[in-house]
Amino acid sequence: MFDFIAFIPRAVTQGVPLMLGSTGETLTQKSGNLNLGLPGVMYVGAICGVIGSFIYETGTPAESINGFLAVMIPLLSCLAGSLLMGLLYCFLTVTLRANQNVTGLAMTTFGVGFGNFFGGSLIKLTDSEVPSIALSATSSYFKATLPFADKLGWFGEIFLSYGMLAYIAIVIAIISSYFLKRTRPGLNLRAVGEDPATADAAGINVTRYKYKATCIGCMIAGLGGLYYVMDYSSGIWSNDAFGDRGWLAIALVIFTMWRPAVGIVASILFGGLYILYLFIPTGTNLAVKELYKMLPYLVTIAVLIIVSLKKSRENQPPAHLGLSYFREER
Amino acid sequence: MNKTREPLVHISRRDTLPWYKAWGIRAAAIAAALVVCAVITTLLTGENPIEVYAAMIDGNFGTSRRIWVLLQNVAMLLIVSLAVTPAFKMRFWNIGGEGQIMMGCLATAACMICLPGVVPNWLLIIIMVIASATAGGIWGLIPAFFKAKWNTNETLFTLMMNYVATQLVAFFIIIWESPKGSGHVGIINADSQIGWFPTIGGNKYMLNVLIVAVITAAMYVYLKYTKHGYEISVVGESERTARYVGIKVERVIMRTMIISGALCGITGLLLVAGTDHTITTTLSASRGFTAVMVSWLAKFSPIFMVFTSLLIEFLGRGASEIATDFGLNEAFGDILTGVILFFIIGCEFFITYRLHFRKSAAHEAKEAAENV
Repeated sequence: MFDFIAFIPRAVTQGVPLMLGSTGETLTQKSGNLNLGLPGVMYVGAICGVIGSFIYETGTPAESINGFLAVMIPLLSCLAGSLLMGLLYCFLTVTLRANQNVTGLAMTTFGVGFGNFFGGSLIKLTDSEVPSIALSATSSYFKATLPFADKLGWFGEIFLSYGMLAYIAIVIAIISSYFLKRTRPGLNLRAVGEDPATADAAGINVTRYKYKATCIGCMIAGLGGLYYVMDYSSGIWSNDAFGDRGWLAIALVIFTMWRPAVGIVASILFGGLYILYLFIPTGTNLAVKELYKMLPYLVTIAVLIIVSLKKSRENQPPAHLGLSYFREER
Repeated sequence: MNKTREPLVHISRRDTLPWYKAWGIRAAAIAAALVVCAVITTLLTGENPIEVYAAMIDGNFGTSRRIWVLLQNVAMLLIVSLAVTPAFKMRFWNIGGEGQIMMGCLATAACMICLPGVVPNWLLIIIMVIASATAGGIWGLIPAFFKAKWNTNETLFTLMMNYVATQLVAFFIIIWESPKGSGHVGIINADSQIGWFPTIGGNKYMLNVLIVAVITAAMYVYLKYTKHGYEISVVGESERTARYVGIKVERVIMRTMIISGALCGITGLLLVAGTDHTITTTLSASRGFTAVMVSWLAKFSPIFMVFTSLLIEFLGRGASEIATDFGLNEAFGDILTGVILFFIIGCEFFITYRLHFRKSAAHEAKEAAENV
């Protein structure tokens, strides 16, 4: 029998980083910016949170660590780090009109390098005397659940066993979905992504919308990195552990057809596909497990193909995705 | 008095700059980037930046072995960059180089493991060449087919194909692992050396470097002087024009992606049969992604690509030398590479566009006075 009560919580904890990443990327792409730097942004978000928390935790004696500060310091440094990455991307692609693919890939190179460099050298750079980066105190605050959650049996296990960032992720996804669909700025943002020239003529400030959407998107995605390191891996940083989750988040954006609310379920599904190989009884045949890890990507490819076949008007990528806008070149 | 607010900076498109001015701007950007990199390095290591650059040069050119390793890496990055270039020239964003390389590696390794004893060594090597090119070509053709027929987004498609290929390789690594349970394939045919490329003058990198040199020249000719190359640039400039003059756009897209994928497959062949003689999931070392930037930085010119790939490899190797010297993490090289890329990406703006600053009131008054 397939063990759902063990499987679902693990799928959710796998899915939350993807959910935050894809919500952020959806907002970004709705403005017409295809940010392939997302994996880099998530790394930078994670490592900035780690740096902030590391300095606080090693500089403060264990008994005087303040719960509020222990959460706010990594949170704010994570947001600041990913905001800077977003600004960099916008400056290059919107203000300087650089090619988005190349800028994004350069940001991924930079961001992953930045994360691994500080992850690997933080201890030496700060001259501290700890063997590895293990932020157990900070992590315990991020992982804290409601006190009665584990008394509720399977219900508590499936719905209430997560740290606060998981619930924040769901709230952010719902707000983003409402924002894009039901509000005027959301409509304007979609207009910018579909046809910036028309939006411009209608008096919408294209540059400002692109900057705002991309920067906020990057900050949300950065939180995904923070969740991964503080909650999922219990505050322990190891280089390259985050893996290809950033690309998977981009895949999710396509999979959900640019709908953050769908992303809540879809990211948990992807999280499940990501760890499905652990739950499939394959006996001694380890090789088959590697094939199961292919599933999220195959599913995304299938969706990509089906969408392009159907050509329904609602389910298309933003028309101006990946292109820079220059008012005088219409 | 006119009340309209005049913006501080006004931007307009430049006429095409003469090449020496354009490259002057790029050189200035690289110089500025190197200064920023030196500042970053000094802040992190507390060393004199000149010594840092000396360490970088030593890491690249210090011994003849290091020079050969550098040449090998430049050659490998260069061939992938050449592979993705024809696709980029027709505005097909192939960021699946990584997966196409992995498929080439996989096909080569499969031949080396399954065929010894069945066919003579010379025939095996020919089969390996064909198999790796075919595997890479098919991996490139799949997204191209859907792009050509239904306009499926190729950037995201090729990106996903990378991970399918990686997992496929991971699957076969476990099947072929030796010794069992180690999770590695180990050196293939370590004793018999069947399927290994011959070494020229005792140097295992020489042959790879020569092959890539030939391919560079061939690609230059292909893009510049053949009908195919011409069709690629027409499709890249405007698909409508291409259709109007009777070019079969679908066919050009698929043909070009087969070439692009096949060259990536050949890269896999050179890596497995030429130097590493084993297969891992990280054998291509993100070259498929780096190549996108190398090709773009060189403005899709095979000749300039030699320099841009040298620049990227020099930085990467140099930075890891600094990292070892000062006990820092290897990833330092990626940070420096990133900074330099940002500068070069940014400087393109100043090549394409021109800034007009608002003239100050005093300046305008003076001009008005002169005109009277």
